[in-house]
Amino acid sequence: MNFRQKIIFTSSIAIAFIFGITPVTNAMHIMEGYLSPMYCILWGAICMPFLVWGYFSIKKTVAKDRKSITLIAMSGAFIFVVSSLKIPSVTGSCSHMTGTGLGAILIGASSVSILGLIVLIFQAVLLAHGGLTTLGANTFSMAIAGPLVSFGIYKLCIKLKVNKYVSVFLAASIGDLFTYCVTSLQLALAYPSEMGGIQVSAAKFLAVFAPTQLPLAIIEGILSVLVIIGLETYAQSELRGIGFLKVGEK
Amino acid sequence: MKNKKWTVVVLLIVALLIAIVPLFVLKGAEFGGSDDAGSVAISEITGQEYEPWFTPVMETWIHGELPGEVESLLFCVQTGIGVGIMAFLMGRFVERTKQEKLRKVQ
Repeated sequence: MNFRQKIIFTSSIAIAFIFGITPVTNAMHIMEGYLSPMYCILWGAICMPFLVWGYFSIKKTVAKDRKSITLIAMSGAFIFVVSSLKIPSVTGSCSHMTGTGLGAILIGASSVSILGLIVLIFQAVLLAHGGLTTLGANTFSMAIAGPLVSFGIYKLCIKLKVNKYVSVFLAASIGDLFTYCVTSLQLALAYPSEMGGIQVSAAKFLAVFAPTQLPLAIIEGILSVLVIIGLETYAQSELRGIGFLKVGEK
Repeated sequence: MKNKKWTVVVLLIVALLIAIVPLFVLKGAEFGGSDDAGSVAISEITGQEYEPWFTPVMETWIHGELPGEVESLLFCVQTGIGVGIMAFLMGRFVERTKQEKLRKVQ
């Protein structure tokens, strides 16, 4: 094996690990059996086009520059780590981060949807967090809506010439918070309040999730910035390969 | 470069503080998952205890809830794998940068 093949081989092992053994748990996910079959199918159907897009997007990224597999593995591993850490929050309950913001910034929102889906499947099967019936809804909130917002905010900040690290911080933390907003909305749609309907219900769910998640969103932002700093220092050629750094930019 | 190092250190400390401070400030809090808070909110809204219509497959397989210790084991396995991959890749990157610099000097 030459050096290049070795890189590909080791990265593929890394990816196999991410994809193969992923008992990720996300406390904010909608619990198994808590959505009616109609909503399960609806959310699943909404996810489909994004997942297909994500699959082709990953394929394209890898075809363009095989080295970028390492960054895909890195994004996956990051989701892995931060979503396993349940952190105490100001409200007296624990929650954990999503970690999808970093991936969205690095390899694009659509590619992250695949990483997120795989994480969610194994978590639903092995750890009884989230669930197979609510997989569609959870995929939409954590692996599609959150990353899309992160990606959008990052691009917007860069266009407005905001400092790169500040952009990453904002993108990752707001994306994390947005995931919870979507979850609240999904629950509210399924359980509209008798008085006031969906809006009152959504406000109620948001009141449960948001205060817990806010400090964690800040931590996620900070961690994402740290990973970006690390990659910028040591993996410039990969970052150029996926277009995160422009040619000639340091 | 030195400036960046300080940024990293400060950011790490801030992240740690955000995570740890609630534990000491809110003494006696339960720190349960916000997952449960979600189901409590549901029963508040619907006015009755909600009965999930589908049980997690793992619980069906082992006929009961996953033991707490095993659950924390699986959590640790997950963290370990993630950290392992990140550390491995970062290690490779760092060493490669070092080699490139050495080659440039020669």
